[in-house]
Amino acid sequence: MGMTGVLRPGHAAVRVLDMKEAMHFYGEVLGLIETGRDSYGRVYYRAWDERDHNSIILREADQAGIDFFGFKVDSPATLDKLEADVRAYGYPTERIPAGDLLQTGERVRFEIASGHAIELYAEKGKANSPQMVDNPPPWNPESERGIAPIRFDHGLLYGPDIEKVQDFFVNVLGFYLTEQILLEDGKTQLAIWLACSNKAHDIAFVRHPEPNKLHHVSFLLESWEKVLRAADIMSMNRISIDMGPTRHGVTRGTTIYAFDPSGNRFETFAGGYQTYPDWDPLTWTWEEVGAAVYYHDRQLNPAFLEVVT
Amino acid sequence: MATHTVRFVETGETLACNDRLTLLQAMERLGRKGIPVGCRNGGCGVCKVRVLEGSCERRVMSRAHVAIEEESAGYALACRIIPTSDLCVTVIGKMGRAFARPEQDRKLTGE
Ligand code: FES
Ligand SMILES: [Fe+2]
Repeated sequence: MGMTGVLRPGHAAVRVLDMKEAMHFYGEVLGLIETGRDSYGRVYYRAWDERDHNSIILREADQAGIDFFGFKVDSPATLDKLEADVRAYGYPTERIPAGDLLQTGERVRFEIASGHAIELYAEKGKANSPQMVDNPPPWNPESERGIAPIRFDHGLLYGPDIEKVQDFFVNVLGFYLTEQILLEDGKTQLAIWLACSNKAHDIAFVRHPEPNKLHHVSFLLESWEKVLRAADIMSMNRISIDMGPTRHGVTRGTTIYAFDPSGNRFETFAGGYQTYPDWDPLTWTWEEVGAAVYYHDRQLNPAFLEVVT
Repeated sequence: MATHTVRFVETGETLACNDRLTLLQAMERLGRKGIPVGCRNGGCGVCKVRVLEGSCERRVMSRAHVAIEEESAGYALACRIIPTSDLCVTVIGKMGRAFARPEQDRKLTGE
């Protein structure tokens, strides 16, 4: 088993319109653990079973959306190598000093063809949670508070030129394509799912005319039953649900799409299969695009393609 | 609890709206249509309307969709306004645009 290079999605920085409301949602309803606040007023969270200090970073702003999406790499040497590879590919990179994000080492940031700011980093402080490391119990009070996902899992981003995005992620960052949806012509991709691990996806993109848009950040739950529990908690808290509980054809995850109090979509999901890099990607044709996204309804809701932040 | 009447200029349809619900909530709760529904939280912009007459309470909404000048001209996101009088509104937001195509990608990104 060799998981090397880019390890996983490590952090996402999300803009919120009202920090107080956002903190109630992310902290109490979603049930993430607040791990810090910085001098810019950003608030940091992690999910209960994550080992690093933070994964979701909120910033109050006058518009919703995503500031950047970061991947953790296996070592500082890999960070240097990938920085050089990204530059050689033709993308300018910026080094953001260690400590700019709490407990986070140097980050290398660049913009990809879809207009998103992507970051790589090698170091993040450990979650301060000894009870999860020494003789760890299978669950604890934090794993039961609110929706309480296991981890921040992946993102779906919207923007133009997704074939260029795929080329970059595959040929520079070492990802592989796990699934795709094709348009009527049977060639042009509407959407791509990419993995750097053996999850069915670590990041995904949908073709969209406007660059740098967020469709959702996603959080992993343990079971379909927890997905139903999440839906109950959402309704009890008047959370705006977009779709679900249902199943995605793509990745086979059981899912709910809903919106945070600033209109940023998030997903809580369970399941999906394991992949390997030597597998051929799964392809969904235009005729079955509905089932690809919502397996039971077999049709898209208009919001899937058009409601983004 | 006061009830206000919201009139849509395009269709002449009216909607009763109490002073605890946003315009979008009032519409959705009655199973009515007319304003596109997206995030319901002021972020995505699909529920944009212009208030031509009347007053409402406004909650924070994304500047990406309602610029300051627009706000003073009555533009708003229906999921972030609560009518405080009878209103006359026109629907600006749209859903159901064509899918993005590679050609469109290039046009919009200026390549
Ligand atoms: S529905 Fe998204 S801004 Fe109103
Ligand atoms: Fe997802």
